[in-house]
Amino acid sequence: MSAPAPSMFTPAAKAMAEKLGLKMGRANLEEFAATLEELAKANPNIIAVTSDSRGSGKLAPFGKNLPKQLVEVGIAEQNLVGITAGLAACGKKSFGVSPGCFLTARSLEQIKNDICYSDVPAVLIGISSGTSYGALGTTHHSLHDLAVLRAINNITVIVPADNFETREAICFAAKATKPVFVRFGKAAMFNLHKPEIKFAVGKAIQLRDGNDVAFIATGETVIHALLAAGQLAERGLNCRVISMHSVKPLDTETILKAGRECNAVVTVEEHMVNGGLGEACAAVLLQNGMSKPFRIVGIPDEETVPGAQADIFRHYGISMEGLSETATKLLK
Amino acid sequence: MRRKFDMGKIVLSDRDLALKSVHLRKKTLEAIYDAGAGHTGGGLSCLDILNVLYNRILNVSPETFGSATRDRYVQSKGHSVEALYAVLADRGFFPEADLKTICHYQSHMVGHPTRHISGIEMNTGALGHGLPICIGMALAGKMDSASYRVFTLLGDGELAEGSNWEAALAAAHYKLDNLTAIIDHNTLQISGHTRDVMSNEPLDEKWRAFGWAVKVVNGHDYAALTEALSQPAEIGKPTCIIANTTKGKGVSFMENVAKWHHGVPSDAELKQALSELDAAAAKLKEAA
Ligand SMILES: [Mg+2]
Repeated sequence: MSAPAPSMFTPAAKAMAEKLGLKMGRANLEEFAATLEELAKANPNIIAVTSDSRGSGKLAPFGKNLPKQLVEVGIAEQNLVGITAGLAACGKKSFGVSPGCFLTARSLEQIKNDICYSDVPAVLIGISSGTSYGALGTTHHSLHDLAVLRAINNITVIVPADNFETREAICFAAKATKPVFVRFGKAAMFNLHKPEIKFAVGKAIQLRDGNDVAFIATGETVIHALLAAGQLAERGLNCRVISMHSVKPLDTETILKAGRECNAVVTVEEHMVNGGLGEACAAVLLQNGMSKPFRIVGIPDEETVPGAQADIFRHYGISMEGLSETATKLLK
Repeated sequence: MRRKFDMGKIVLSDRDLALKSVHLRKKTLEAIYDAGAGHTGGGLSCLDILNVLYNRILNVSPETFGSATRDRYVQSKGHSVEALYAVLADRGFFPEADLKTICHYQSHMVGHPTRHISGIEMNTGALGHGLPICIGMALAGKMDSASYRVFTLLGDGELAEGSNWEAALAAAHYKLDNLTAIIDHNTLQISGHTRDVMSNEPLDEKWRAFGWAVKVVNGHDYAALTEALSQPAEIGKPTCIIANTTKGKGVSFMENVAKWHHGVPSDAELKQALSELDAAAAKLKEAA
């Protein structure tokens, strides 16, 4: 029998989520699969390409309901990306779906050349990204994907924080005429957004206002920043929380506004601290002459601590408690 | 699915093609000389294949290049770009004068194919990429019940890239008889003989074992190439054409010499090469 997965949230964090009125949604992975199937039913040109990953991509129903719109390539990620590119070059709206760890490392050259450099409107979906596979170890983590894709021209990189952002990202990708990469995990996510919120690629969403500390977070770490802001409010600190779902293009305006208006900036990402969101934000601030107390919270450049995703998050301070502490120290 | 090759389409005779190949070899060498860089040996080895493809086989022209039903050609061995550009210029995809700009500052004619150039389907140059891309193209064709065919050209040294074999499995799995892979089997690569660098023989048995229909032809024989390329070798299987070629073909001192893989001719070498090619053209004309 396997041990129960540790919770991502302490009782105090759960209480804060409740206090903030947050409701638990489903996994972004499930939202993705449902959205893609819905879009594909309406558009027979949408093709999902899987590398023995239809189960892990929650695409088994897609494959059953739309068998002609799913291409299985077997465990062959380089081939997956090349085929996805070739389909896109011949008028298909192809979605290559594979675990983020393999998709963006093993087949990076295919992403760079066949999709980005050749400029075909293909979409790549990194499933179970970041540390979603937790205890399976470093082979299964993708903590490099944002860095490597930031360093490749001609690809939009989206890291949705919740079901709404995931759905919007997939709808955007389905219409995009340029390469798009979307990555997310497989744990259930709190719904973060009010229904009236608009989603636009390249435009961050501010979830909470405040000028003491700005949390600029991306993907599935945003919830922890939001909870930390709630906790810090109880201690008299007003914190801004920004969901930077588009890592590329980056919303530099929102970053600069935060740098101007807030006393400190904390970035949060489920990614190695090298080359990810934090360094991107630092570059934006510094190149515009802004030097504020600044911390990048992510996975440090070390062999990642063994454990489940929740253990890893807690270990590296990606939690309500950890982020509250980082922000408080930064203001001292 | 099977599209019979229409012999009526042959406008150029074998001799016409032979003369054209001489002209294209000269253009290829001049382009490499002007660029001060290039892939000489492999360009000359695959030139007759390209000549046959673009002048007898491919249902594509400068006018139809934007058409969804055109045949697709992806040059997986992207380094032999000068030969490809010489053929495309000759077919009217862009002015021949553009060949003078290969590898020049701000010229899109970089040292490997890019889609900025009319006639180029995909950006290639890193090896082992063309075949997977072509599978995607061939699958799209099957999905759309389109009549177009998809062709790629692989180097024999390139076959050491594992992605080719991932793709070889998939092409047979999906019974892509609209896909043809041509191997420029010149038996050499940059460091020497392929058999010494990383042996890959017997190629025909390998591709057959992967589920492909295989044909072995002389890659400098226009009639044999035409026959092999005209239609899928077998319904329900992708076609692999192993074209036995000579690296550096057509220039005596370049033939079968590994250093000419990316050797750039000096003034004297270019002069000699061009005069050998002129002599070959004169001989062809004389024989007529
Ligand atoms: Mg070779």
